[in-house]
Amino acid sequence: MFDDLRDLYQEVIFDHNRSPRNFRVMENADREVEGFNPLCGDRLTLFLKMDSDKIVDASFQGSGCAISTASVSLMTEIVKGKTEAEAETLFKQFHEMTTGKEENVNLEAIGKLAVLAGVREYPARVKCATLAWHTLDAALKNEQKSISTE
Amino acid sequence: MTAFPIEKIRAEFPILKEKIRNKPLVYLDNAATCQKPQAVIDSISHLYSHEYANVHRGVHTLSVKATDRYEGAREKIKNFINAKSTKEIIFVKGTTEAINLIAQTFAKANITKGDEILITAMEHHSNIVPWQMFCAETGAVLKVAPINLQGELIYDQFEKLISDKTRLISVVHMSNALGTINPVKKIIAAAKAKNIPVLLDGAQAIPHMTVDVQALDCDFYAFSGHKLYAPSGIGVLYGKQALLEAMPPYQGGGDMIRKVTFEETEYNTLPYKFEAGTPSIADVVGLGAAVDYLTEIGMDNVAAYEAELLDYATKKAEQIEGLRIIGQTKEKGAILSFVLDKIHPHDIGTMLDSLGIAIRAGHHCAMPVMDFFEVPATARASFAMYNTKEEIDVLMSGIEQLIEVFG
Ligand SMILES: Cc1ncc(COP(=O)(O)O)c(C=O)c1O
Repeated sequence: MFDDLRDLYQEVIFDHNRSPRNFRVMENADREVEGFNPLCGDRLTLFLKMDSDKIVDASFQGSGCAISTASVSLMTEIVKGKTEAEAETLFKQFHEMTTGKEENVNLEAIGKLAVLAGVREYPARVKCATLAWHTLDAALKNEQKSISTE
Repeated sequence: MTAFPIEKIRAEFPILKEKIRNKPLVYLDNAATCQKPQAVIDSISHLYSHEYANVHRGVHTLSVKATDRYEGAREKIKNFINAKSTKEIIFVKGTTEAINLIAQTFAKANITKGDEILITAMEHHSNIVPWQMFCAETGAVLKVAPINLQGELIYDQFEKLISDKTRLISVVHMSNALGTINPVKKIIAAAKAKNIPVLLDGAQAIPHMTVDVQALDCDFYAFSGHKLYAPSGIGVLYGKQALLEAMPPYQGGGDMIRKVTFEETEYNTLPYKFEAGTPSIADVVGLGAAVDYLTEIGMDNVAAYEAELLDYATKKAEQIEGLRIIGQTKEKGAILSFVLDKIHPHDIGTMLDSLGIAIRAGHHCAMPVMDFFEVPATARASFAMYNTKEEIDVLMSGIEQLIEVFG
């Protein structure tokens, strides 16, 4: 049953979809950016608490598919404690993993995020996985209040 | 009625033999676009192989042949929708272009600041955005009649919105997001009583039922070939001759003129006045072949068969716990839009795809409808005359399996 999909829907993804981590509104967030994928209606708000260039807390709200929910949930876990530069490097790695060349991905750096590598075989779903990271990118650059994948 | 020749029909659609992810294709995304029978594919290849040249231009034999095929298709389409004359059949790219054509010609000539255009809350973006653009430019006002939770037009409120300022009513005949078939006869009668022209967006209705524009008495009817078993890139705007005659032309160029000097241009007669440039010749011929094919099967037979399919699918869907059908009116075409508890439509779409089932997951170009039902998107299975109850069984079992996996 759904054998072909094992690479895409790994157990970790179901788990994060069922019980997303850091799923809360953050009072006094330093950054708050909304990410929107008009194609499928995925919508999330990302909150960051910064200590100079360090992300000390990350949380989110919103609704989306399992891939996008798991992606943002995992992301909020992994970026906590990272500097802006480290988070940007992770973003680049994540981008490479989902859309670029496999051999360019540093598996150690990517860690748990590797469960999302399966989307590369599903071009229609890549944006679901990357929405969280584009939103983070916008939040770190402090550019906009709202970003869209389209 | 003799039994619907489903086996014969299926055999005539070559793509239905395709395997998707090693499973037989179950194509249930017909409202987005539907597949093509061999007769349509052959008509195009025959034209390009034997009879192709530009139309309306040459004295040479091939041009005459191509023109005959092209104009022959117009005649077939005229008969298919029972228009009075081929002058009323304008070839366009599709429904979207047909509606934009009306906005840029009829509306520009007849609707000004403060006037009203009335649509419904279940329109496709293509029957919303052209009017918003038009209103922004001219100061006309767009009025939207509400729908209820069954996905039906609230007719009383619709009628109340028809005012002395209403200059055009533009309504979807059958909704692509909900399946709802609107009470267009009633709408047109109410509009006629006040002399207001009516445009029907027939993109979804035309493949599912007999459409008779004279019986409907609509002023304009728009549809796309690609949802009618014909090629993409071709569609039709039907308009009553008197209205079309009075309208300014759409685009300028070749074919739409009778006489050009640098001082003055005399426009061509109908329908050519609205068909500037070399048209999509082969696609028109393909549309003609599709219409022949459907005429032979009979649209009433198609409607009856599909009603059976929808009824079967609806009953099965209602038995699935956590499944909510979006669009529950009785007056419905063969569309089953639904959401599942806690499972996003995109996940449904990907999971079903792995079983060879093609459905649509998204907002169906009807974001206001999604907002109304407070869902980000829906999953939509839309049926065509080549679908079967067995395929619906595959769909329903797929849905049950994925609910289990998501747990
Ligand atoms: C109800 C309705 N109107 C208009 C359109 C637009 O048709 P097209 O994209 O062929 O121009 C569609 C297509 O999805 C539709 O379903």
